[in-house]
This record gives sequence, structure tokens and C-alpha cells, in this order.
Amino acid sequence: MTSAAVSLIQSAIMEPCQPWARYVLRWEQWGTLVEMLATEPLTLLAAWADTVQVHALFDDAETGTILPVSVAVEAGTYPALSLRRAEAVWYEHMIHDLWGHRAVGGAEIKPWLDHGNWPITHPMAPRPGPPPRVPEPPEFRVLEGEGMMQYPIGPVAPGIAEASHLRLTLRGDRIVAAEARLGYTHRGTLALMRGKPARTAARFAARLAGDATVAHSMAFALAIEAALGVEIPPRAIALRSLMGALERIATQLDILTSQGALLGAAAIQGRCGLRQEHLRRAMAIAFGHRLMMDCVVPGGVAGDIARGGVAAVRQALDAVAREVPDLRRLYQGPAVSARLCGLGRIRSGPHPVQGDTDARTRARLDAIANDVDIAIRGLDRLPTEGLSVSMPTGSGEGLAQCRSARGEVWHWVRVDHGQVAAIFPRDPGWALWPLAEAALRGAPVADTALICCSLGLPVSGLDL
Amino acid sequence: MVNWPRIRRVLPGAERAEPPGPVDASALQSLTERLEAASQVRLGRSLAIRHVNTGSCNGCELEIRALNGVVYELARFGLRFVDNPRHADVLLVTGPLTHTLRQALEQAYDATPDPKWVVALGDCAVDGGVFKGSYAVLGGTGMGVPVDLTIGGCPPSPERILSGLRALLEANRA
Ligand code: SF4
Repeated sequence: MTSAAVSLIQSAIMEPCQPWARYVLRWEQWGTLVEMLATEPLTLLAAWADTVQVHALFDDAETGTILPVSVAVEAGTYPALSLRRAEAVWYEHMIHDLWGHRAVGGAEIKPWLDHGNWPITHPMAPRPGPPPRVPEPPEFRVLEGEGMMQYPIGPVAPGIAEASHLRLTLRGDRIVAAEARLGYTHRGTLALMRGKPARTAARFAARLAGDATVAHSMAFALAIEAALGVEIPPRAIALRSLMGALERIATQLDILTSQGALLGAAAIQGRCGLRQEHLRRAMAIAFGHRLMMDCVVPGGVAGDIARGGVAAVRQALDAVAREVPDLRRLYQGPAVSARLCGLGRIRSGPHPVQGDTDARTRARLDAIANDVDIAIRGLDRLPTEGLSVSMPTGSGEGLAQCRSARGEVWHWVRVDHGQVAAIFPRDPGWALWPLAEAALRGAPVADTALICCSLGLPVSGLDL
Repeated sequence: MVNWPRIRRVLPGAERAEPPGPVDASALQSLTERLEAASQVRLGRSLAIRHVNTGSCNGCELEIRALNGVVYELARFGLRFVDNPRHADVLLVTGPLTHTLRQALEQAYDATPDPKWVVALGDCAVDGGVFKGSYAVLGGTGMGVPVDLTIGGCPPSPERILSGLRALLEANRA
């Protein structure tokens, strides 16, 4: 049965966006929708903007319908989604920082990507503003109370990690509250992509997140292809799916390697690290790059799998498959499982982060086993023909999704005569970080890194 | 610290650490010259490395983590990673230098005791890479602190990173 919110959305003006039509709501319709969100089970997947509209992407869990919706920006403002959806807050900050549109009636707008030291403000606006006179260093909620202590981590984080800032409030060795501040690694990717031909812009999509470079490249390519009505040939489809699975396995292994190190479990760290390394070498033999960066391009793939690549990848995958049961056993060892069970519990969140650290680890191992099957089946049945088609210089709008090791990547793109006119890539990190704040609450401070690692928190993909 | 040789004995396929490849000759040459010119104190026979991310996509980190893992066994070269810049000889910098992280880089640099070395790792750290010209990016690491060695690549492979770092060690021993 279609819910009232979905009916409301579908009664609005339709804009052609492929393969999911986008609905442009009037202000009052948008306001009604926001009110309905209090009870409606629509999942907010993303929110972003262009120069004249603010967009949101909903997933209707009941019917599996994907619903992009928009509202026109009026006098620089739009009705806030955060009034009824807390997960919209960071998007609203980001929209304000990049385009200057201000959400009204919701959470207070705070600087997010813009820490006050860019040479301009609102870089995606038609006319960016002058820089602020004084930089605005991050502000944190300060919890007052007896025996409370502030504990900052980052932005130059310990280990070999991404740059983010976590502000913990502690009582004794327990975390009372955790607050994340991101934006440090903002590189201005959207502005760099805008106005570029699809193939050139793809290089920036590939550099949104190094360990999800295939997933971001693929979601971008699929969105462009949807916008322009391009069908790519069978071998390209199969190679993309193979690369996607290989990347997910390698990234899961990277997360498990780091987690093994944090647990002081050298056997886990060693085995995962070794399998990851062998897989990356096989990827380099097969596709010419250890991360397969720039290997998926709009119109298909950049090149064929190399001679010897099939055998190398097959060998590395077989080794991973043999390792998985041993890893399960190692993770069930009493010392390790005692550390992980009950730690950093998330009551409701997207799979695979739901549950405690132990459940997340098992979900990652399941995901590896599943992707090994996908990859091996793909290798066995590679169609013979077709690596890419040339891209037409048409116009259109497209939306696409691709799975990464950390969750779903979505790209929305508007193409104008073959060039990217507007773009938003939604990294899965947008959904993960707010969960981290919840998962850390109540945990021992010594387990901060372990909990964050088990959630697989990415940074650069959502810093843009 | 992890004892890799011991772990390796029980890991099929990891019986040997990667045989050491050649040291980056041109990097070694220029580093030796620089070292002599500055007549700096020798750092000793091992180097402590602090990684500083100034805006990376996490691709360079992935390869540093690989280098730090079981296959390459950094410790046998006298290379190890530390978390505190005060304990570091080398700052290994990744990513284009964002305006927002410039101060953090400068602070890490100031906290690192002399003599110190700065390595710009990856095309982004070398000169901003594809992000050159962005409003959010100053350029490479050199826009914030003096750079001693650059290791290009997007991202550079673990072998290449290792070869660069070993050049530092060799220069240091010369
Ligand atoms: S050099 Fe390449 S891999 Fe390294 S941070 Fe830059 S884009 Fe990422």
C-alpha cells in the first residue's frame, strides 16, 4: 500500500530523472512532507542542492521505491528536513557551506565543511562570497558536570588514518558523549567536477574515496549512462561487477587488518593483511592498478582484464576463500570475542553495522565470502564482447547506486551537452558517522579506535 | 610490536618477507647532498615515521598500511610508525594540502624535533595532484612546510614507498 507521504510526493510535478523520476514539491507540500516524516517510514538517503533547488533522496522501505524530491530555494532558504529527521542535519550544514542555501525551521546551521579558512564562501553558489574576516574553529557541545573531561582526538588522528576530529566527553574512563567534526579533507571535488566532460569528471569521482574508488566510479558512470540513455556492452558490465566485488573484499580485509592490529591479534592482522596484499597484486596484474582506480569509466571500462589476470585473480580469491573459515575461528577465540561482544552496540542501523562489534565483524566475514562467490562466478562467465561505447554529448539527469564495502554509494548527476552540470555523490559515511556517535556513548575510552574501526568510518568520501 | 617472522612461519604463502628491492638512486643522491650541505646530525640507524594526512582520499593510506603489514616487514629496515610527532624523525605527508589542515601540518612539523625530514607521498602531496587549483586546496605539502623527498604515484605502490624511505635511511647512514 502506498503511504500518504509517497502519494504526496507522487502528486507533485515530475522531472525526468533516470531511472527514478524526480518530484518537485511546492514549499507547502515539502513542509507537509517534513511533518509526515515524523511517522512515515521513509529512509532519508541523502540531501544536497544545486544553485536553485534543494534535493532529497528517499527510500520507501515498504515498497522499495526510490524517490528523489526537490523544492525550490526561495530567498536563499528552504524548509528544513532536520525538523523531523536528525540525520538531515549534516546535509543541511553541507548545503549551506557549499551553496549558501539556509534550512529554516530545523536545527541550527553550523559550519561543517567550511572551517572559515577558504578564500571564498559558498563556492558552489553562482556568485561565491568573500572569505570571513576571522576563521571559525570548530565548536563543540560542552557538557558540564562533575568529573567530566573533554578528550579531543585528531584532526591528525593516531595511526595511518584519515583526518577527522572526535571530541569525547569522559567521566572516568567512560565515554559520556562523542561528537564528530569532519570537513578537514574537503578538496572542493564538486566544483572541480562541474563543467567537465563526463570522462574527465570521472577522475574526481574515482578520488572521492580510495578504498571505494571502483564503487564511486561505477555509481558515477551508471548515473551518467542513465542520464544519457547509454547501454554498455556485456563484457564491460561483467568486468565492472568483478572489480566491484574485488574492491569490496580488499577493503573488508583492510578494515579487518586494522581491527586485528587494534585487538593485538597478530594472527588476524597478519592473515587479513597478507590476503589483501595478494589480492591487490592480482588486481594490478589484471587491471593495471592495485586499487583499480580509473578502471571504470563512463561508457564501460578503461581496458580489458590482462592476459594472466584471470588466473592471478582466481588464485588470490581461492586463497581468501580458504582463509575465511580460519578467520571465523580466530574471531571466535575467547580473548577476541570477549573484547568484541557487546562493544559499540547499534540498535538500528543499516546492515552491516547493526549490532555490536562482534556482529559487525561476522557480517564483514559473510560479506567477504559472498563477494568471493560473486567474483569467482564472474570470472568463470566473462562474456567475450564489448569493453566500452563512446559517450554521446546529450543532456539529461541520472541517479545510480553501487555497493561498496562500507555501504551504498549513490550518485546523482545532471548532464548538459555531455558536461557535468550538477553532481552529488552520496558516500555511505553520511549514514555511518552519526551511528558512531551513538555507538561510542557509554563505551570505555580505550575502545574508541576499535569501535570506530569496526564501523568502517570513511572520511574523504563525505568531506567531498 | 608484532613479531612478523614468527607469525610468518604459520602463515601459508608468507614464508618470506618481500626481498628488498633497489633503493631509489636519484632520491638517494639528492638527499645525501642535502644532508651534507646542511651538515646535520645523523639520525641514527632507524627512523620513526609519523603519518600526517592533509586531505588524502585514503588511497595513499591504504598503501602505507600495506607497507606496514606482514608482507613488507618494515622493522627489518629500521623503519617504524609512531603516533606522536615528538617521537618522529620523519613526517610522511599524504593528500593535497587543504586550507583547513595547513595549521595541523605546521603544528606537527613544529612538534617534530630536529633534525627532521618531510616526505610528500603521492601525487596530491607532491603538488596538489588532480586537486590543484581548487578553492579548498593550497597545493602540495611544500605549500605548508619544507619538503625533503617526494614520492609520486596515485597512490605510490608499497614498493615505491619503501624504496623512497630506504633512500632516507641510506642518506642518513652515509
Ligand atoms: S595521490 Fe591519489 S591515492 Fe594519494 S591521496 Fe591523492 S588521489 Fe588519493
